[in-house]
Amino acid sequence: MSDALINATGTTTMTMAGAINAGLRAAMERDPKVLLMGEDIGALGGVFRVTDGLHKDFGDDRVIDTPLAESGIVGTAIGLGMRGYRSVCEIQFEGFIFPAYNQITTQLAKMHYRSQGNITLPLVIRVPYAGGIGAIEHHSESPEALFAHTPGLRIFSPATPQDAYDGIQQAIAAPDPVMFFEPKARYWDKGEVNTGTVETRLSDAAATIGISGSRVAREGTDVTLVAYGPTVRLALQSAELAAQAGTSVEVIDLRSISPLDSDAVVKSAKKTGRVVVTHEAVTTFGVAAEVSARVTEQAFFHLHAPVLRVGGFHTPYPGATFEHEYLPNLDRVLDAVDRVMKH
Amino acid sequence: MENLGPLSEDGLVRLLNHQGEVLQDQTFSPYAAHLTPEKLREFWHDMSVLRAWDMEAMSLQRQGELGLWVQSYGQEAAQIGSGHALRDPDFVFPSYREHGVAMTRGVDLPSILRIFRGLEHGSWVPAEHGFHLYTLVIGAHALHATGYAMGMDRDGLVASGDADKDGAVVCYFGDGATSQGDIAESMTFASVNKAPVVFFCQNNQFAISESVTRQTNIPLADRAKGWGMPSIRVDGNDVIACHAVTQWALEHARSGNGPVFIEALTYRMGAHTTSDDPTRYRTKADEEYWSERDPIDRLTTYLEGADELPDEFREAVAAEGKALGARTRESVRGWSKPATLEMFDHVYAEPHSTVQAERAWFERYEQSFADVEASN
Ligand SMILES: Cc1ncc(C[n+]2csc(CCOP(=O)(O)OP(=O)(O)O)c2C)c(N)n1
Repeated sequence: MSDALINATGTTTMTMAGAINAGLRAAMERDPKVLLMGEDIGALGGVFRVTDGLHKDFGDDRVIDTPLAESGIVGTAIGLGMRGYRSVCEIQFEGFIFPAYNQITTQLAKMHYRSQGNITLPLVIRVPYAGGIGAIEHHSESPEALFAHTPGLRIFSPATPQDAYDGIQQAIAAPDPVMFFEPKARYWDKGEVNTGTVETRLSDAAATIGISGSRVAREGTDVTLVAYGPTVRLALQSAELAAQAGTSVEVIDLRSISPLDSDAVVKSAKKTGRVVVTHEAVTTFGVAAEVSARVTEQAFFHLHAPVLRVGGFHTPYPGATFEHEYLPNLDRVLDAVDRVMKH
Repeated sequence: MENLGPLSEDGLVRLLNHQGEVLQDQTFSPYAAHLTPEKLREFWHDMSVLRAWDMEAMSLQRQGELGLWVQSYGQEAAQIGSGHALRDPDFVFPSYREHGVAMTRGVDLPSILRIFRGLEHGSWVPAEHGFHLYTLVIGAHALHATGYAMGMDRDGLVASGDADKDGAVVCYFGDGATSQGDIAESMTFASVNKAPVVFFCQNNQFAISESVTRQTNIPLADRAKGWGMPSIRVDGNDVIACHAVTQWALEHARSGNGPVFIEALTYRMGAHTTSDDPTRYRTKADEEYWSERDPIDRLTTYLEGADELPDEFREAVAAEGKALGARTRESVRGWSKPATLEMFDHVYAEPHSTVQAERAWFERYEQSFADVEASN
């Protein structure tokens, strides 16, 4: 390969699923200790085809079709982690993570603390999550707050192919356990991905932003609209419509849920004085409640209106025929924007 | 010889082979002795109607009327055979593929499709049919089955002295499910409590794309030994054998002797679900081998050989399948979207202020659109 090529920074159009696949491939090529574990991730390439082709190229040893047992997947990845293996565990759908909940919350999250920092567990748990795909029960939920409430876990959710590509690699490289929540309804959305140089395999911006920071997805002055993962596209569409009606909305894509980039949200809140937070997860006791509390604590005297939340209702995820009303949609987000603008 | 491990035919109970010949088994043939040609025709009827209906559901999914469909295709003998061994006091905990068992429990087949059309999560009343709702989280229901069986035992419904009144529980799950902790825990609870539960594992050889060889190195039935419970491996495509072994197991459980594990070796002839693409992980040759072992065909061959499958009967069954298909199509297309407010129903048994407040807010919110429309 010519030097020019090696140093070139490539940009390619990719789907989010394709971007995660490319990121996994880069991480596996870089570090032979990276393993993929999960149900149907081998020959099938995962039910969403996110690991497509990786089994063919890296073999049974590194792309492992595990027995059908989530507790087993995460629990054995912890043991492998103690021997320096960086396992990327795929949970087939978020609704099936709960057999592993014990391993994740009582073991994975606490090992570094309990061992006084002697044991690091650089695991990544990939979780396709959220709804809008017309699925049956347990295939559309958003359980991220349950994990965000657990100290010891880092939680990241990409909204763009670029963040998916960089984020998965940075999550794998991180010494802490990272839960990587993938908005499955966005898997087939395309975007430009800067794949970095052959050496870095990361975008130029990746090192600066990392997997702990948020990004301003659209600048605005009247209302701060906070979103992550599946609701970022909705937030951007809402901002566009609001602009047509004369309201300038700033959209913040949190990216990281734990840690929460409160500085960026508070800064924006101080500028606009109005904050709306939207996520698909059940609103009660959720991420938006945490954002709201932090804004209230740190920007109270700048606020013109109470912080509003637009999210899922306090019901189990209903049958798919209800999901468009159950999930936050343009009407509900714009309704909240209108309400904060009334102040 | 190749060690086939979990796919070996070691110890398989088979009373009717795929050439349609009757085989003898010391323990289980007596359990088939009472099966009259009429009863066998009933099995044939149920399997045939079930398959026709399954194909109708499949085409409804393809036409966009259902979000997803999960076929029972290929597993008719395991389901109809075992289902017919059940009686009123018994109770079933299915996974999500047991449409055939649902049928034997009197669940109206079209109603199952309400789940797959996204209208609700469970569309029948379990107590009315002795048939619990489908459970999608693999293995979770096996513990419920065990607890339910423990309850039946406490309530004197087992070994009561009147054999006709005794009941037991049958819990269905797949080969993949056997890897779940919940299944292992159920077997432990069932065993130490001598719970009247029959674990009925349909080893259809696949958990989506993964061969059963990813779950075990030995025949699944052998695992039961570790719990000290009797286990039976049965040819899951032999409706007569499936019926006989289930009857044996139910009698064992109903009479207070504790749990039994049945492994029915069968083959998932279709895809895992309509979202799956089996060409990525299995061969045509494999599919052909198993299609020669089709569970309905072998009973057809046997009944034909015995001159017990008259044309009028076959025609009547075909017509019944067609009529059920037509009724299913009509029902499915006729189901309208429920009122949105219904999504707030049944979260709790007693009023919950959060749900009430959100429901009230949503009602006002929906009304505001109606108001805008009215003023336009
Ligand atoms: C706890 C859990 N993990 C993963 C899944 C996703 N999933 C649905 S069906 C299935 C395979 C099940 O295989 P098996 O138990 O053999 O039953 P079959 O579908 O073949 O009848 C998987 C992995 C699930 N439903 N529940």
